[in-house]
Amino acid sequence: MMRKPRNLQGWLLKLAAILTGLFLLMPLLAVIPVTFTPKRFLSLPKGDWSLRHYRPLLTDEAWLASISDSVLVAMASSVIATVLATAFALGLWFRQPRYGGALVGLALLPMAVPPVVSAVIIYFLQARIGLIDTYAGLILTHVIMVTPFAVIVMLTATSRLDKSLELASRNLGASRLQTTFWVVLPNLKFGLFSAWFLSLVLSWEEIAVTLFVSGIDVITLPKRIWDGLRLNVDPIIAAVSVILMVLTTIAIVAKALYEHRKDKSGS
Amino acid sequence: MAARLNIHTIAMWLLPALFLAVYLAPLLGIFGWSVSRPEPGAQNYVRMLTDADALNIMLRTARVCILVTLTSVLMAYLLAYHWVFGSPARKLFMELCIFIPFWISVLIRAFGWVVILRNKGILNETLLSIGAIAEPLTLVRTEFSVVLGMVHFLVPFAVFPIASIMRQIDSRVLLASRGMGASPAFTFWNVFLPLTVSGILASVIIVFVFALGFFITPAILGGGKIVMIAEYIYIQMFQTSNWGFGAALSIGVLAVVAAMAGLLFRVIHPERLVK
Repeated sequence: MMRKPRNLQGWLLKLAAILTGLFLLMPLLAVIPVTFTPKRFLSLPKGDWSLRHYRPLLTDEAWLASISDSVLVAMASSVIATVLATAFALGLWFRQPRYGGALVGLALLPMAVPPVVSAVIIYFLQARIGLIDTYAGLILTHVIMVTPFAVIVMLTATSRLDKSLELASRNLGASRLQTTFWVVLPNLKFGLFSAWFLSLVLSWEEIAVTLFVSGIDVITLPKRIWDGLRLNVDPIIAAVSVILMVLTTIAIVAKALYEHRKDKSGS
Repeated sequence: MAARLNIHTIAMWLLPALFLAVYLAPLLGIFGWSVSRPEPGAQNYVRMLTDADALNIMLRTARVCILVTLTSVLMAYLLAYHWVFGSPARKLFMELCIFIPFWISVLIRAFGWVVILRNKGILNETLLSIGAIAEPLTLVRTEFSVVLGMVHFLVPFAVFPIASIMRQIDSRVLLASRGMGASPAFTFWNVFLPLTVSGILASVIIVFVFALGFFITPAILGGGKIVMIAEYIYIQMFQTSNWGFGAALSIGVLAVVAAMAGLLFRVIHPERLVK
């Protein structure tokens, strides 16, 4: 087998893989030290550490407003995306129509189209109906962008469901609705959680399309970071980045632990 | 029996109906813009193929995308191999290196490169302090920084299809090759690599399509100097208000992506990748 390299070549490949891995972590690690600089501009702290750039995140109204805009949009759009994706996957699972493939293609379309094209499409619609730079418009935008990912999760989850579940439930006298809500949905609860979690993270980070359809009244956190990056490279942005990185890492670990527990409980 | 309109049929149609209304219909509207603004005709498409600026940007986009794709897939192959076949410790290390950046916002990842590559960034300061260079190197706002940032963003996406195919390889095939006296290098080039070709192709297409429509990283690391097609569309739409031309460029990008997707479905079976 090739898995135990004993020669020089093998060691070089191993080293190359480790360096490539470190390359992926490097820019994330690089941001951390510059957030502790006491200076007003981006620089490495030289023995004099300060937390001043973290303070605006707790006190500055613009940053706080962006955090709450992001939370609101991500919460609303992730819940709507999960509901839509679940209804879609369940409907397909029950009905199994011949044209199902075409429906799945349509449901996944915004994922395959480049974000900039999606942005132009969504802008076109929202400019017509006056939704640009409103909460409703932004939530709809995020729903369009994140739902395809939730659909993939839910389709994977329903593909593991046993069709005889439905038969058993119906034979015992349950109606269609009872079967759906009391029998099938409880069996999908991990899929539901995963779909919602993925939608939440994707919406929270969405920037490519958000840039086109928001900007004055509704400014999400990524949009504010983007504006800051374009104007000047401020250490506050580094501080926000570090906080977001920490939150993301906590979320990944929490989800991994949750899934580990799920595997153990055998459901 | 005819399909009766029951609760499950309604549930199934909810999402496709929404996307028809808010995505597919406006897409047709964009196509309409591309042939009607500022005046009816194909002039926007003609301009796309004749305008020196547009051609330059398309050429640069193609060059950057190809370079980014080759580099990302090569790196991804190396990572996927060690992720799938490495010792448990190496597997965990690879998993962290792939997943942590994957989940972190594209903005932060591009910003991280700015911190490293700026004129007064970590790399230049370090090189200056050890005396390797006398003047700071210009690293941001170059094609190099754009390629670096894009590769960094796309490597995890390239890893998944390759790793998925590698996991399906029957290790007895490799043992058989080794058992019959083939060297590890021979086994790799003549047995292992051909078995992973479909994963590599999927990876190439996915990364290329992502790179093509990629907006954030080139805009931040190119700093307005290294403009790629996505940013060009943004400029046409929102800075110079050339709605028709921006729409035509969008349709052009979409056509290339559709062709690539068609290729993906012809050369490989996408359902194998999600196993």
